[in-house]
Amino acid sequence: MAAHLKKRVYEEFSKVVQIPHEEAPAKKLRLSKPSKSAALHIDLCKATNSTDALQYLLQFARKPVEVESVEGVVRILLEHYYKETDNSVRLKIASLLGLLSKTQGFSPDCIVDDAINTLSNEKSHQVLAQLLDTLLVIGTQLPESPAVRQRLIEMACKHLSDTYFGVRIKCLQLLGCLGMVDSPLNKDNEGLGTSIGGVRDVQSIISDYFGDQDPRVRTAAIKAMLQLHERGMKIHQIIYDQACRLLSDDYEQVRSAAVQMVWVLSQLYPESIVPIPSSNEEIRLVDDAFGKISHMVSDGSWMVRVQAAKTLGSMLQVSPHFLEQTLDKKLMSDLRRKRTAHERAKELFTSGEFSSGRKWADDAPKEKLDTNTVNLIASGACGAFVHGLEDEMFEVRIAAVEALCKLARSSPSFAEKCLDFLVDMFNDEIEEVRLQSIHVLREISMHITLREDQLDTVLAVLEDSSRDIREALHELLCYTNVSTKECIQLALLELLKNLNKYPTDRNSVWKCLKFVGSRHPTLVLPLVSELLSTHPYFDTPEPDMDDPAYIAVLVLVFNAAKSCPTMPALFSDHTFRHYAYLRDSLSHLVPPLRLPGRKQVYGLDSVDSGSGSGSVGSAQLFLQQSLNRVSTIQNLEAPGAQDLLDFTIRDLQRLGELQTELAGAADFCATYLRCQLLLVKALQEKQWNMAVPLCLKQNVTATAAAQQILEETCKLEFL
Amino acid sequence: MPEIKVTPLGAGQDVGRSCILVSIGGKNIMLDCGMHMGYNDDRRFPDFSYITQNGRLTDFLDCVIISHFHLDHCGALPYMSEMVGYDGPIYMTHPTKAICPILLEDFRKITVDKKGETNFFTSQMIKDCMKKVIPLNLHQTVQVDDELEIKAYYAGHVLGAAMVHIKVGSESVVYTGDYNMTPDRHLGAAWIDKCRPDILISESTYATTIRDSKRCRERDFLKKVHETIERGGKVLIPVFALGRAQELCILLETFWERMNLKAPIYFSTGLTEKANHYYKLFITWTNQKIRKTFVQRNMFEFKHIKAFDRSYADNPGPMVVFATPGMLHAGQSLQIFKKWAGNEKNMVIMPGYCVQGTIGHKILNGQRKLEMEGRATLDVKLQVEYMSFSAHADAKGIMQLIRMAEPRNMLLVHGEAVKMEFLKGKIEQEFSIDCHMPANGETVTVTTNPSVPVDISLNLLKREMALGGPLPDPKKPRTMHGTLIMKENSLKLVSSEQALKELGLNEHQLRFTCRVQLQDPHSDPDTLHRIYTHLKSVLKGYTIQHLPDGTVMVESIVIKVSSSAEDTNTKVLLLSWSYQDEDLGSFLSTLLKKGLPSGLC
Repeated sequence: MAAHLKKRVYEEFSKVVQIPHEEAPAKKLRLSKPSKSAALHIDLCKATNSTDALQYLLQFARKPVEVESVEGVVRILLEHYYKETDNSVRLKIASLLGLLSKTQGFSPDCIVDDAINTLSNEKSHQVLAQLLDTLLVIGTQLPESPAVRQRLIEMACKHLSDTYFGVRIKCLQLLGCLGMVDSPLNKDNEGLGTSIGGVRDVQSIISDYFGDQDPRVRTAAIKAMLQLHERGMKIHQIIYDQACRLLSDDYEQVRSAAVQMVWVLSQLYPESIVPIPSSNEEIRLVDDAFGKISHMVSDGSWMVRVQAAKTLGSMLQVSPHFLEQTLDKKLMSDLRRKRTAHERAKELFTSGEFSSGRKWADDAPKEKLDTNTVNLIASGACGAFVHGLEDEMFEVRIAAVEALCKLARSSPSFAEKCLDFLVDMFNDEIEEVRLQSIHVLREISMHITLREDQLDTVLAVLEDSSRDIREALHELLCYTNVSTKECIQLALLELLKNLNKYPTDRNSVWKCLKFVGSRHPTLVLPLVSELLSTHPYFDTPEPDMDDPAYIAVLVLVFNAAKSCPTMPALFSDHTFRHYAYLRDSLSHLVPPLRLPGRKQVYGLDSVDSGSGSGSVGSAQLFLQQSLNRVSTIQNLEAPGAQDLLDFTIRDLQRLGELQTELAGAADFCATYLRCQLLLVKALQEKQWNMAVPLCLKQNVTATAAAQQILEETCKLEFL
Repeated sequence: MPEIKVTPLGAGQDVGRSCILVSIGGKNIMLDCGMHMGYNDDRRFPDFSYITQNGRLTDFLDCVIISHFHLDHCGALPYMSEMVGYDGPIYMTHPTKAICPILLEDFRKITVDKKGETNFFTSQMIKDCMKKVIPLNLHQTVQVDDELEIKAYYAGHVLGAAMVHIKVGSESVVYTGDYNMTPDRHLGAAWIDKCRPDILISESTYATTIRDSKRCRERDFLKKVHETIERGGKVLIPVFALGRAQELCILLETFWERMNLKAPIYFSTGLTEKANHYYKLFITWTNQKIRKTFVQRNMFEFKHIKAFDRSYADNPGPMVVFATPGMLHAGQSLQIFKKWAGNEKNMVIMPGYCVQGTIGHKILNGQRKLEMEGRATLDVKLQVEYMSFSAHADAKGIMQLIRMAEPRNMLLVHGEAVKMEFLKGKIEQEFSIDCHMPANGETVTVTTNPSVPVDISLNLLKREMALGGPLPDPKKPRTMHGTLIMKENSLKLVSSEQALKELGLNEHQLRFTCRVQLQDPHSDPDTLHRIYTHLKSVLKGYTIQHLPDGTVMVESIVIKVSSSAEDTNTKVLLLSWSYQDEDLGSFLSTLLKKGLPSGLC
């Protein structure tokens, strides 16, 4: 039976997929036969003024050009380029050249000479910039030709001294993209009349432009340097000082790029030692960079702040006391060095001389200014995360939360310290921030144990009206360690309240309690009698078995009982009955228990699955195969994919009917594939990218599909 | 050297009565015009007789700028404009203009109707005064007159609070008013661009405080209120009607909603409703969250907060009351305080700063017995909590602003002298700029180094660019030749030819000639040829010509040889060069004085 099915599926499969492959390319060829270059030539000759010529070029640019005719077209374009007097037309031609050399299959080395020639005769700065851009494209198309590269780099160096910023930017881009990674660049060539002689490498040439008068050029210089780094060149450490200076640039894009540059260097040379200005102290480079980037978290521009906050998260090698300083706005004493040994003795202040503003009148100045102290970190860098987390823009806050997460994951002690800050973020006014901080707390929860007051703040969020937040919080609670039984009680209480208020959360709440129970068996134990409302002497009424709240309590207790064998002794009779019922109906939530004097109910599954008959084996194989087939779906054209999905779903449903052992898996896969199918269909309608007023009427299908997808995925999650 | 003079009439080493006079580039500007909360006599207003003994102020001031609507920044405005006399322009932001008259009217009512003072400004005066106000927008540059321009920046603190950048020519001053560098539940943070003013006049209320996270403070506040309510106590929060009050309202409102609390929250004055109205209107001045969500629900439409009636104070059971004024020196907050002070279950939370002499200041300093008017004493049994919710920048914030604006000099006002001294030291250490802290009536003079703009002709510039190296380096000065023409108050730098043409003058040639004696046994033409080859070998890259008329030309320098009359071996070289070639000429003369090398053929 299964074999028969298989065969049929294969037939269908091959039929559907291969047809579109054969026809498509033949058509294209025929359409494009008439010579493009000739037509273009005639058009351009016809053009009487520059506007006409531009029009022709624009029209031409809209149509694709095939590989064979690219070269001809390029020749025609160049010919017109030499004749053309109007700057804008030449600019357009230059940009077309770049566009054409990107054509797949066309090797642009034949036009390198021409492009370089035009470059040396060109007067207009804009056209120059465009030509350099074209050269950049050509250069990136020819990665295997060092000679061409060498020439291009020479051209770039020559034009670096242009007065127009656009040209300088393009030159720097060229250097960044094509600069030799392996060998130093010999700049002592003919035609370079500049005073710099000898061997100079790309890095020092680029770094000269860190001090350019135009901020755009400065940015381009840093970007070029970053590009070099990405291509695998090791950036020299001397750049660090220059990059640090650029952190205080007047323009935000420069500062933003400089933050990246400093970060790159801090990753390259984390352990080098840098001096602190105006003192003889020295610290590790990564610490210094960390301090400087922390400083940028209070920058004037929020783009830079986001950048800085994000960057902080990836500096894992930083020393712990620098890390802790980010959570305190006052300069901690261990980041200040006193010069005399006498003062070193009384260094154990917890924090500096400023007051905290929490108590009245504790802000009288205490410590006199000691000019002999040296700050290892600029005082502006203190409390970077305190600033980041209470920033005005939520983008910055989210970035800060993410950075905290990354740092806390690698440092348990820091995780402990930043816990309060993260919990405070649950009260943020923007939902996205709250959600993010809940997720983050979940990720670091293996390092921490929540105190009661912290749990209180966390649980308060359960009343949030957003389902996303509540579910994120349930998930968080699954992974949280708590310290006391009061915490468990509190959590249960709040979860039940949540269940009462939002009955749709049922599945999620139960799942959450399952984990809470299995995580804290010893804390649940003293609560059992209270939770199940049993009494030592009196029989209590049997609770309603269909009450979700009661089920929730049972899920908690049973999961705790799994690793706590003394617990079942506290159960009353009906609890055992309910256990048997729940074990069958909600088997994914209730674990098998070794109950005293009870028949071992759980043996059933394991015995069954072991005695796999031949038919089950082949069915399993079939399931596997059809799933494998589906996994190739992203390579298929849309109609083929849809058909394949349709058939696979049908097969799976059938399989589920035939082999009850595999019904669950088959059903799950079928539902999942149905979601996929819906998504593919919805995307294919192309109605979602229409103007809003138009689509209102037509997007009924899309909305319906979206709705259905949501429903199905929800089912999948709790299946 | 031009100078900028700053004289505080109020707020110099003091909080309250902000009023600062600035003279910049021949313009006189008054920044803020406030009253002092601590005094009830003449001292409550700034001493305007400093400006002039008699007559009106209009002739002496070019404009008045009000930073925000708090009375210690605008309370003396009607007095100054209507009673002392000032008809010039008064600038303030739109929200300030809207809310300021409400507060002034309230202030007038308390002083005149309740305390029975006479010789105070009237409602009509307030109206007349407001007619002189010109509203400002954020980041809008307003030209007060031909030279003076002002620009407002967002300052946080309260709705409509602004920092002002005042500029005359290339001299500039920034006055911060009160500002806040940390955003709160309803307002954003202060921001300024790198305008590099000559003086930054900053408030320094929290000069010695660095606050910890704002979120901790919020949590503490909510916890304290919650605990007192659960105990059945009453919470009094003295606030000024506008500003902190709205932030705390939003905070409590959302907390009440979340925790589903039932205890009533009251807001004491009728004035608030009017003011809340403005908060709903000026959404653009609030923070990101409120700006984004006001379409669905305006955060200032409170559900749990109701208006207060005097009789409610005696109601049993827990309640939270916001009452004005914030320093417990008068009005409703003081009345409620007196009623509740005897019960230790109750609590008063002071969310902001209290000026010396007010009851707020006394109880915060731990005084448990207060003397009221009429010799009665009041035992203070209720809990007193302080929480720094006031929206002033802390020391860190002040430093941050300095870093943002990069001023050349710093001037601290609006703070206590001891604390200022401390911060002054810190600023001088960290930024190495001068920091001043004048007392009231004391003048600080700062000399500036203004740049003088000169128009340069494009041709000249291009020519110089072509001459010089690859690119102008902004950090290195470069010399260039040109002629500076000063005509009718404008400066122009042009090439000398153009200058001659423009002025109708003839060009005078100035040539230097010099004789150099040289021992050389050859004949004249030979010597000349020898000189030619010598120079050719020394001066590479110059055009050197041997002309047929017996001269050598190096660029435009002429060299002639003649034998001396007495001794034919002694040759006399005649060098002649024009003024423009002075460098090359003097080089040649010293070169030739050394004689020709012997190895020359």
